[in-house]
Amino acid sequence: MWSSEVTTMIINGVGETLYMTLLSTGVGYLFGLPMGVMLAVFDKDGLVPNTVAYKALDVIVNIVRSIPFLILLILLIPFTRLVVGQSYGSSATVVPLVVAAIPFIARMVESSIKEVDPGVIEAAKSMGAGTLRIIWKVLLVEARTSLITGATIAIGTILGYSAMAGTIGGGGLGDIAIRYGYYRYQSDIMIVTVVLLVVLVQVFQSAGMVVASRLDKRK
Amino acid sequence: MSEIVIQNVSKTYETKDGTVHALRHVNLSIEAGDIYGIIGMSGAGKSTLVRCMNFLETPTEGQILIKGESFGSFSEKQLRKQREDIGMIFQHFNLLMQKNVLENVCFPLYIQGKKKREAKERAMELLEIVGLGDRAKTYPAQLSGGQKQRVAIARALASNPKILLCDEATSALDPQTTSSILELLKDINERFHITIVIITHQLSVVREICSHVAIMSDGEVEEQGLVSEIFTHPKSAVAKELIRNDSGSGVENQKVAQEEIRSDEIIRVVFSENSAFEPVIANMILKFQEPVNILKADTKNVGGRAKGEMILGFGKDCKKIREMKAYLEERGLAIEEANEYVEQ
Repeated sequence: MWSSEVTTMIINGVGETLYMTLLSTGVGYLFGLPMGVMLAVFDKDGLVPNTVAYKALDVIVNIVRSIPFLILLILLIPFTRLVVGQSYGSSATVVPLVVAAIPFIARMVESSIKEVDPGVIEAAKSMGAGTLRIIWKVLLVEARTSLITGATIAIGTILGYSAMAGTIGGGGLGDIAIRYGYYRYQSDIMIVTVVLLVVLVQVFQSAGMVVASRLDKRK
Repeated sequence: MSEIVIQNVSKTYETKDGTVHALRHVNLSIEAGDIYGIIGMSGAGKSTLVRCMNFLETPTEGQILIKGESFGSFSEKQLRKQREDIGMIFQHFNLLMQKNVLENVCFPLYIQGKKKREAKERAMELLEIVGLGDRAKTYPAQLSGGQKQRVAIARALASNPKILLCDEATSALDPQTTSSILELLKDINERFHITIVIITHQLSVVREICSHVAIMSDGEVEEQGLVSEIFTHPKSAVAKELIRNDSGSGVENQKVAQEEIRSDEIIRVVFSENSAFEPVIANMILKFQEPVNILKADTKNVGGRAKGEMILGFGKDCKKIREMKAYLEERGLAIEEANEYVEQ
């Protein structure tokens, strides 16, 4: 049963999983990073406290975060069709992945930024730094290590979500695992895909940690 | 014209447990070139006061004039510009931990819009001034506390400020490092004519470099004036307590010793430098034929001058206490009652 077809399919699966995960994480950060910064900055102890803006973002993030991903996938099908033109396949999966990733990433970024020593922010203010400069040159720089650790966790989570999208024909390793392992009882193929998913998560995790500690100058 | 004038400044915070009065009607004026100490226990409001000087905190009431200009009417943008004229250093240094020493010092220069090369040149000059020219590429985590504070000082000086605010700048440092940082501050004050405001809870810091001092307690200024004057003639209870605690670890031993000695009346005598030539105490004992107990004797550095300080206890049945005090005062020594040395 282990034909070259299966091998090709699995290799393509790895490619699709990587494509979905990395693209979704990238686009997720494009929106999630500014959102997370805003959450941290608008909070009542933040740089420019703004209760209304904070509450609004907070509610949006909580709503999206509280919808289980599988339901979000289905809920978003009309929207996905509108954007990609179809509701199955790896490109289509990127849409709900991004929607789920943004609030998740925003929370990670928020907590990383809030770890920055308030004393350093005060020092920057005392030197006459404006809000934007403090965000760019102080908050994001000082939180760098924590942000990268957060991104590593985000990639792991999004990779897991991408596999979940396999249940509705999302493409990638998750799709293969469900089609062969669940519908056809070919557990050997399923085991291979699971092992590959584990390896991928491990690789991202280790790489993220190496980068984070390389860039950390606090030691 | 005074460099910094604080007029009737009050600051209140609303917290869950009610209103906190951090400052109550504070009035101070600090002249250009002064090294001005603001001393008090923690919670006395001194940190709030210093943050009002660069408007990191906005006073609830009253106004603050820097070189005769009031900050109160300034927009956020103008305020930021003003803050460039006021450097600040902190207890925990507050350096950018992810940037090297040189980049830390460049930070305020970039705010002023300096080009990279120009900023780096200026930063190197400043690092030379604080004695860290060879550590430019080091990260703060690899420096000692004293070195970090030197970097912070270089950073605070980068924008050529007229005023330097020091918020408990030596409180996290050991005594030796503290002295070296204080020396650096004094040097900066003299070389660049920068007015320095020092917030501290350590009287030794004020004694060593400040010309003037304000003593704060519970949001109010209890006493202010020349350091030498207040050290010799403290008036308020807070000032007296600070001076009493100045000897640090010696306090415990004194208590024990004093319980055993049991003197009736205790006085604190301060010698100025010229009175040290005559053996005043010995002469007094010879003259009145009455013994006195020397409970403590010490020499302290007050603004670079040696001041002798002695705690004397008169014997239980001494009858000439008044005459003996008069004798000491005639010889130019400052005397005050110090019975609290035993009560404590």
